[in-house]
Amino acid sequence: MKTDSVLEKVLKSGNLAVTSECGPPRGAVPEKVRQKAEMLRGYVDAVNVTDNQTAMVRMSSFAASVIIRQMGLHPIMQMVTRDRNRLAMQSDIIGAYSHGINTMLCLSGDHPHFGDHPMAIGVHDIDSIQFVQMVRKMRDEGKFQGGADIENPPKMFIGAAANPFADPFELRVARLAKKVAAGVDFIQTQCIYNLDKFEKWMAGVRDRGLDEKCYILAGITPIKTVGMARYMKNKVPGMDVPQEVVDRMAGVPKEKQAEEGIKICVESIERLKQVKGVAGFHIMAIEWEQKVPEIVEKAGLYPRPQIV
Amino acid sequence: MITAERKPLEEIIEYIRPFQKILLIGCNECVTVCSAGGRKEVGVLSSLLQMSFLKQGKNLQIREHTLERQCDPEYVEELVSMVDGVDAILSMACGCGVQEICRRFKNKPVFPAVNTKFMGASERQGVWAERCQGCGNCLLGVTGGICPIARCSKQLMNGPCGGSTNGKCEISPDVDCAWQLIWDRLKALGMEDRYEEIIPAKDWRPGRAAGPRKIIREDLAE
Repeated sequence: MKTDSVLEKVLKSGNLAVTSECGPPRGAVPEKVRQKAEMLRGYVDAVNVTDNQTAMVRMSSFAASVIIRQMGLHPIMQMVTRDRNRLAMQSDIIGAYSHGINTMLCLSGDHPHFGDHPMAIGVHDIDSIQFVQMVRKMRDEGKFQGGADIENPPKMFIGAAANPFADPFELRVARLAKKVAAGVDFIQTQCIYNLDKFEKWMAGVRDRGLDEKCYILAGITPIKTVGMARYMKNKVPGMDVPQEVVDRMAGVPKEKQAEEGIKICVESIERLKQVKGVAGFHIMAIEWEQKVPEIVEKAGLYPRPQIV
Repeated sequence: MITAERKPLEEIIEYIRPFQKILLIGCNECVTVCSAGGRKEVGVLSSLLQMSFLKQGKNLQIREHTLERQCDPEYVEELVSMVDGVDAILSMACGCGVQEICRRFKNKPVFPAVNTKFMGASERQGVWAERCQGCGNCLLGVTGGICPIARCSKQLMNGPCGGSTNGKCEISPDVDCAWQLIWDRLKALGMEDRYEEIIPAKDWRPGRAAGPRKIIREDLAE
């Protein structure tokens, strides 16, 4: 075991892991963090806490992660290279570890262009792969990126993202290989709707044995409405929503669409369970956290293993 | 080259409103090539300013002059005889030129007439695009000759983010994905293996991180 991370323990035990997501509020309202996280209790192994997602200012991932940790749940603290230089990142990492946070996700982050502060400059002192290298060095060598020794180094279980659906497709396995070489322990993928393409990517991943070097959690997002399906298909860069998914949502009456979305989501999980190398699921029910328990149950992923 | 664009006329007018006699100086280098501040643009701006002030009943006197290179003290010296008779100087050079004029003429107000934009190249007639950020430690040798610092919106050094779509950047269909360009070129050169070498975290000291930069060539410096 590299860390005390519950997620690492679940994955190591061979169980399919389940993670979900809590987007912190846009204000000093800790009760909202508790409310969202409470819905997930018992149904997931760990909770991703997003870091200024879509480049909108929110309660810091660090602060919301501490709240979730105090609830006895296990946060996966997301951190983006967009908002911090390497000094700030490392100080937050040892700070978070000092509060019992031992799992994190290293990302570059959405460009400020998409958020409510498009006039802000992105920092990008390091990129997501160099970020993974830095956290691994802190953990395994006990050294800061600059080379100095760390007193009681933070033992983080290190995650990163992968998007099998962005271009150029032929580079997507190689990009994962770079993250693995940098020292990533687990991967959470972009939301999967095009299962054929995901399976093709996974075949490339297995060909290179990358599924044995890191745990891959398949990203799942339930679709609420046909409007959401169309929006993701047409407007979200790097998202691949096949026409048949849109048609299927459009084919049911409005009041039944949410139910259909959950159905699609559960069917996807069932199919992805058969894909060799898939080590678990990351269920991103954006502002629809109350549906996560239902999805987890229907997909046969409940109860969660009790790991001490 | 260094690219620039003329400032909005209203902003320039506000700078020079208190003055009667203006020396308007262009530069024959980069800003001439990108049609922002050469002899021709000096002439156009001069007419626009005079017309604009005439409408308000003010006779603005403008002397026009375009230097070979405004960032070079040797050429700036040419202005000595012209500066005494004017109230202020308006420069159409890049920020380097403007500051060189300020340095030489300490008692004369100097105003910029262009916004200095970036180091770039001409893509086609009338279109210039950013190519270099002057990071001080060129990566082009390992990135297939395409700079991810200047041309990737997130300056990612190890591959495309999850937003690359059909060769374009997620921020705009008008922006090429730098990593698509890098990958296409590595493939064309049969150098795909190069992609998997991790480029380590960059030392930004040769860039802006270590403060304002200076080059001293001992063999040339007097």
